Amino acid sequence: MPTRRLTVRNKQRWELGRVPILEEALFRKRILEEVASGARLANFFGLLEENGQLRLFALLGEEEASNLHFYSFRMPKGALSFQSLTPELPQAYGFEREIAEQFSMKPEGHPWLKPLRKPISGDTGFFQAKGEEIHEVAVGPVHAGIIEPGHFRFSCHGEEILNLEIHLGYQHRGIEKMMPEVTPERRVLLAESIAGDTVLGHAIAYCSAIESLTTCHISPRAEALRAVALELERLSNHTGDLGALGADIGFLSASAYFGRVRGKFLNLLMELTGNRYGRSFCRPGGVFFDMDSKMIDNFKRRLEIAKKDIQEISDLFFMRPSVLSRLENTGVVSAEMVKQWGFVGPAARAAGYAHDVRMDYPHGMYRFHQIPISLGNNGDVYSRAMVRWLESRRSIDFLLELLERMPKGEILTPIGRLKEQHMALSMVEGWRGEIIHMAVTGRDSQITRYKIKDPSFHNWRALELAVRGEQISDFPLCNKSFNLSYAGHDL
Amino acid sequence: MIPFISVLSRLAACLLFSPFLLGVIGKTKAFFAGRKGPPLLQPYYDILKLIQKGSVYSVTTTWIFRAAPLIFFATTLIASFLIPFGGLKAPVQFWGDALLFTYLFGLGRFFIILAAMDTGSSFEGMGASREAIFSCLSEIVLFLNFAALAVLSKSFSLSQMIGESWWASWTVSGPSLILVGASYFMILLVENSRIPIDDPATHLELTMIHEVMVLDHSGPDLAFILHGAAIKLFVQGSFFVTLLIPFQSHNRIIDATVFLAAMIGLAVIIGIVESVMARLRLNRIPSFITGAFVLALFGLIIAIMRVL
Repeated sequence: MPTRRLTVRNKQRWELGRVPILEEALFRKRILEEVASGARLANFFGLLEENGQLRLFALLGEEEASNLHFYSFRMPKGALSFQSLTPELPQAYGFEREIAEQFSMKPEGHPWLKPLRKPISGDTGFFQAKGEEIHEVAVGPVHAGIIEPGHFRFSCHGEEILNLEIHLGYQHRGIEKMMPEVTPERRVLLAESIAGDTVLGHAIAYCSAIESLTTCHISPRAEALRAVALELERLSNHTGDLGALGADIGFLSASAYFGRVRGKFLNLLMELTGNRYGRSFCRPGGVFFDMDSKMIDNFKRRLEIAKKDIQEISDLFFMRPSVLSRLENTGVVSAEMVKQWGFVGPAARAAGYAHDVRMDYPHGMYRFHQIPISLGNNGDVYSRAMVRWLESRRSIDFLLELLERMPKGEILTPIGRLKEQHMALSMVEGWRGEIIHMAVTGRDSQITRYKIKDPSFHNWRALELAVRGEQISDFPLCNKSFNLSYAGHDL
Repeated sequence: MIPFISVLSRLAACLLFSPFLLGVIGKTKAFFAGRKGPPLLQPYYDILKLIQKGSVYSVTTTWIFRAAPLIFFATTLIASFLIPFGGLKAPVQFWGDALLFTYLFGLGRFFIILAAMDTGSSFEGMGASREAIFSCLSEIVLFLNFAALAVLSKSFSLSQMIGESWWASWTVSGPSLILVGASYFMILLVENSRIPIDDPATHLELTMIHEVMVLDHSGPDLAFILHGAAIKLFVQGSFFVTLLIPFQSHNRIIDATVFLAAMIGLAVIIGIVESVMARLRLNRIPSFITGAFVLALFGLIIAIMRVL
C-alpha cells in the first residue's frame, strides 16, 4: 500500500499539514479499498479553509487491527459538487447529506439527497409506496409522552410496515457552528448539552480533544474518575432502558424494578459529581471532584448490591416466555446491514459486530483495565436487550476492579495553550456507541472547526431498516431497543 | 322484593361500584410492581374531573362522534338489566335475551368504531380496524359459551343459564362449567382491553387498540367512555362471577356482600394476570382467541354429551 495516508490514534493531535491531500478519484478509490478490506467509514466531514476552499476529511477505522486512517481531498475553487460515494458506500449516506447541507456542496449521484436537519417543508419529499391497500401513518414531530420531537412516516400494508422514513432536525441548535465562536468556558457546557442523556460521553470526548491539542497530561486519577462517571452513566441508561422495554410490552414489574436500580446508579453519579446526569464534572485538564477512601468503600458496597439486584430482575425479565415471545425475532438488524451501513454501539454488537471503542481504540483507564466486548448474534430486540444487560454487568465488574486500585494524582491540571494549525481526534464509547469529536485549530490557536459525531447519527438508519416487515404495533418496542437521541443527531 | 328497589340497587351497583374495580386492578398492579399506586378511588376522581370539563370537537367530525360516547354508555347500562347478579333478578328476561345482551355491546362498539373513523386520524383508523377484527373473533367464542350454557340449562335466557339452581349442578356439569368459565374469562380480557390483549396504561398510540380509538374524545364524552368501560367490565364480570359462584342465601345483604367480594376478587385476579404477563404481540391475539374458542368448543361438546 503506498503511503499518502495518515495513521492516527485515539486522543492524538497532528499538524493539519501532515494530512495527505489526494486527488478526488484517488480519495474515492482509497476509501472504497479500505472499506472492502474491512474498514468502516467512521467520520466524513468538511472543513472550510482560510482561502475559502472546502476540504473533505475521511476517517476510516479498522476495528480488528485497531487502526485509524485519515485521508483528505481538497475541492477545486468554485466547485459546486463532488461525486457521491453513497451508491457504492451506503456508510457515506448521512455524512454526504450533512456536507451538502453545511457547505451547499452537492454530492453528485446521491440517491436520496434531502435536508438532514431542517424541519419538513414543501419540498421535503418522502419515499412513497402506492397501492389501494397501502396507507401512510405520520407520527410526530410532537409525540405522546415526554420525548424529543421527530417525524416518522410509515408506509403500511395493513399492520405491516413496508417502509419507514425518519425525518429529524427539530432539535437543531447549531452546536458545531457555535463551538468555535464561544469562550472555552461555554464550550464545555455546549458539549455537555449535545445529548442530555450522554452528558459524560460528550464531555469526556470534548475534554480529551482539547487536552490532545495541548501538551498537558491529565493524571491517572482524573482518568479513573472519568471512567467511573462514564460507566455509571452507561449503567443508569442501560438499566433504565431495559425497564422501558418492560413498560412497552406491558410488563410493569420489570419496568418498576429496573427503574429503581437506575435510580441507584443516578444517585451514585450525583454523589460523585453533584449532578444526577454528571454535568459540570469533566473539564479540560481533569475533573472537579475527587473520591475519598470512605466514598470508594461506600461505592463498592452499593455496586455489589446493585449487581445482585440487576441479576435478580434479569432472571425475572429474560426468563419469562411472554416477554421472550415479544423480544425475540423482533426488529432484526442483520450483521450484513451493520457492515453495509456502519452502525455502532450495542445495536451493532447485538448483531455480532465486535466494535467497542473501549476495546478497539482504548483511551484513559481503558488501556489498563479491559472490558470484554459483549456480543449478541441475532440483532433482534432480544439481542440488544441482552447486550445491554451483559454490558451493565461487565461495567460493574470493571468499576469494582477500578475502585479497588484507584491511581493517585492531581485531579485537575492546567492545560495551557492550544497548538496552532493542528487537528485532534477523540473517540469515546458512550452508552449508545461510538462518539467522535474532532477539533481543528487555526493560526491563532483558536478552534476553527469542531466536528461532532454522535452514535445516533448512524443508528437512526438502523431503526428504519429494523422495522421493515414488522408489525406497526411493534415499532415502539423496536424504537425503545435502540433509544436513540434526537438532539445528538440534530446537534 | 319490590321491583322498584331491586332495579334501583342494580343501577346503583352498576353506576357507583363499577369504577372501584378499575381502582382495585390498579392497586393490585402497583402492589406487584412494589409501588404505592394511585388511590383506590382514582377512577372516580378521573370521571368527576372529566365531567366538569368542556369537550373539544374537531371540525372534521360529525354528530356520530358526539353521539357515540352516550350510545356506548347507554347500551352498556341497558345490557346490565339482562343478567341476574348478587341475588337481584334480571328485570328484563326472555327467550333469546343472550343475543340481545351480546349485540347491545356490539352496538356500543359499532358506534365507538364509527366515531374513531369519523375523526379521520390514521391512528384511530388503525385502532378501529383492530377492534373490529378482534371483536368479530371474540363474538363467536361468546356465542359458543352461551350455546354450552343453553344446552346445560335447556334455556336461551341468561336468567335461566346462570344464577338459579346451579350450586347443585356444579357436581354434574362441573367439567363443562370449568371449560366455559376459562374460555369466558379469556374473552372477558379481550372485550375489556386488558393485558395480554391490550394495555390500558400505555401511551404508545401505535400499539393501542381500545385507547387509541378514544384519543380524540375529551371532557364529559371521555367520562362517559371511561365510565361505560367500567360498567362493561362490571356487567361482563358479574356474569362470570354469577356463573361460577351461583351463591344464593335469599338474604339480600349476605348475597350482595358475597357478590361484591367475588367481584373484587375477580379484579384482583385480572390485576395479577396483568402483572405477571407481558402483552401479546398483536398478530398473536387471534391465537389467544382461538385458545378460548377451543375451550368453549370442548365445553359445548361435554355439555351435549351430558344431555344426551
